[in-house]
Amino acid sequence: MGSEIATSIPNEREQERVERRPWRALAVQLLGPLTMVGGVVWGVAQPYRILLIDHGRGGDLYDYLFQGPLLVILVGLAYTVFVAPGLVSDLEAVERRDPAS
Amino acid sequence: MIPRAETAHWIAASVALFIGLVLIAELIVGHEVFYRRKWRAYLFPSIVIVASVGLWVITIFSTFSTMHLLAHSIWAQAALAAGAVELALARGKIHRPAWSLVPAFALFVSGIAFLVHEQNPWLYSRSAFLHHAIGWMLVVVALFPLGRAVQPGRLVWRTGFALTFVLLAVLLFADRDAAPIFGRFGLGGP
Repeated sequence: MGSEIATSIPNEREQERVERRPWRALAVQLLGPLTMVGGVVWGVAQPYRILLIDHGRGGDLYDYLFQGPLLVILVGLAYTVFVAPGLVSDLEAVERRDPAS
Repeated sequence: MIPRAETAHWIAASVALFIGLVLIAELIVGHEVFYRRKWRAYLFPSIVIVASVGLWVITIFSTFSTMHLLAHSIWAQAALAAGAVELALARGKIHRPAWSLVPAFALFVSGIAFLVHEQNPWLYSRSAFLHHAIGWMLVVVALFPLGRAVQPGRLVWRTGFALTFVLLAVLLFADRDAAPIFGRFGLGGP
């Protein structure tokens, strides 16, 4: 085989690194949605906690907006919007710059 | 317009949960990637310092009980000291791993404050149960930053520290002003 078309065989260590990378980005991206799913499941399990869908009972502003399931969803959303995208982008940038890292 | 105690605890739980998510993300991507953007390095210390200011505000409204006032003051001061040290570490003003002893001490003192200011036994109410549970949890998890001070390279200490905030959030979210210990199942309680 001519050297023009021959390529080096990646060693096992490099292959292992390539296989590990998507897991990290995926895990960072999944943290927020999983948290939001936790909040939704909590809301379904205890719907009486969410006054927005049961406003006949009345209550003040805190009762409507600051209920556990809603806050969990909000935290997951904040992480998904503000933290995760930058981390994934930086993770990819570091891997492009230094494939062996 | 002062929120009820349970509402304040749920807001604190949200802050703890967000901190937990950020610290877990840092564990996943590693130190180098996480610190590529300065604001991310300052995120955890800043949240802790802002939370300490919030705790001082709550202290102002805790005049109904000397014990509560003292406990909230201790939590506020502990959070402020721990946040300041984390901020100095993030800014590179201090470097020695031994500085992690400050967050360890802050967690330990906060746990003791939880245990001392709860006058009722474990099963008196859900609030009493959670105060005892959170108090002992904080005393035990103080081992994580302590371990980080002694063995800064070990992943187990940083993982434990990150999961501490998630567990704290779960316990704080479970708080209710008036509820038997296991809520609607009616077990325990007065």
